[in-house]
Amino acid sequence: MVDKATEIKSVKVDGTPARGSFIQAVAAVVWKDLRAEFRSRELFSAMLVFSLLIILIFNFALELDVKTRRSVTAGVLWATFAFAGTLGLNRSMAIEKDRGCMDGLLLAPVDRSAIYFGKVISNLIFMLIVEVIVLPVYSALYAINLFQPGLILVILLGSIGYVSVGTLLSAMSVQTRTRDILLPILLFPVAIPVLLAAVKASNGFLTGAEWAEILLPLNLLIAYDVIFIAVAFMVFDHVVEE
Amino acid sequence: MQPKPVALKVLDLASIILLAISTYLALVFAPTERVMGDVQRVFYFHIGTAWTALLGFILAAVFSVIYLIRKDLKWDRFQVAAIEVSLVFFLITIVLGSIWARPAWNTWWTWDPRLTTAAITELIYAAYFMLRQGIDDPDKRASFGAIYALLGGLSAPLTFFAIRLFRTIHPVVIGGTNPEADGGFSMTADMRLAFFFALFAFTVIFIDLFWNRLRLGDLQDNVEQLKLKVSM
Repeated sequence: MVDKATEIKSVKVDGTPARGSFIQAVAAVVWKDLRAEFRSRELFSAMLVFSLLIILIFNFALELDVKTRRSVTAGVLWATFAFAGTLGLNRSMAIEKDRGCMDGLLLAPVDRSAIYFGKVISNLIFMLIVEVIVLPVYSALYAINLFQPGLILVILLGSIGYVSVGTLLSAMSVQTRTRDILLPILLFPVAIPVLLAAVKASNGFLTGAEWAEILLPLNLLIAYDVIFIAVAFMVFDHVVEE
Repeated sequence: MQPKPVALKVLDLASIILLAISTYLALVFAPTERVMGDVQRVFYFHIGTAWTALLGFILAAVFSVIYLIRKDLKWDRFQVAAIEVSLVFFLITIVLGSIWARPAWNTWWTWDPRLTTAAITELIYAAYFMLRQGIDDPDKRASFGAIYALLGGLSAPLTFFAIRLFRTIHPVVIGGTNPEADGGFSMTADMRLAFFFALFAFTVIFIDLFWNRLRLGDLQDNVEQLKLKVSM
């Protein structure tokens, strides 16, 4: 893979943004994040252990016996993903702010939205990796098969919506005085539609509900993803400007 | 300090008079509802405050867009004023609704789409003020506030649809019928008068409070600037 520095340089040389340069810039941001994470493994291990702990707590808080499990599995999964996701979102923007990396990123002669999409994709990758590990663990612990194509689709759509709003809000919250503690307060009320629709759709797939019943929340998820990615794309400039 | 404009003073007075008349119409003039009794009288103010609060939230979203395009702090003051007044009005709506729900639904609270959306909307705008408090730079505060108000304004209707995937018992008095709704009724002519008067009165009160809050915002700005001047 190309080094981040050369990647940015190749964009710079182009002068006027070429067609491929936007995607190149996005890829450079994603690659930078993945590589930094691969070296430190701070964020990933924290998210993973945290989500396993949440499941453990839910196990005793809700007394997940066979009967309850059927109805609450979707809820437990999404609460876990939401909490673990907040951890990751906070961290991914905090490291940029702490060591002045954000200024470096902003100096790059690329469209600001490339930084946003790069951050969204890397956050999404972290969240999906955690989910990919949590699912089999949950399946094994509670003898429920969670590997259904429909459920995977819902998790993908839900994570996209959650991360796209979360990345925008975490870019805002790191610039405030209260920093980390503000992100969940900002994010949860705005992300409620995506969480509710995801729980409803997941539940539908897990209980084998009729297609018509699942289609509605699924459409809502898609609508949420499209609307909020579009808005975040338009306003991200205002968040990072100095 | 510039004196209070005469028009605003007149509006203050008009608001008080309108509120008094509206109270009279709601509590005395309007006939008692047959099934629910006197508690139904809460309805007039419940809708009055709800309507103005929603108006304020929609206005705030519009001001957000204007601010993000124009970058003029005037629109930020408009936005804060609209949200602050609406936040209080919406809280009144929720409390009044709760008072009505206790005898009508036999519970203070239920996780119905309207109630839940109302609660979450309150939380969104409470978070909005927490966000603003954490930022010192006025331009950044205004930008972030505008973005968050816009996100909140977009997500509130989606929240409503998302919760409707579950179910509703909230009655729809104006247009539309829900066979599962509980506590609906049809209005007589006198009730309608009290109802529309309450809508009108609360709209005027909203404009009055909005204007006063706007003036307060301007004065706050002046104080900030004077403080800067003194410290220099």
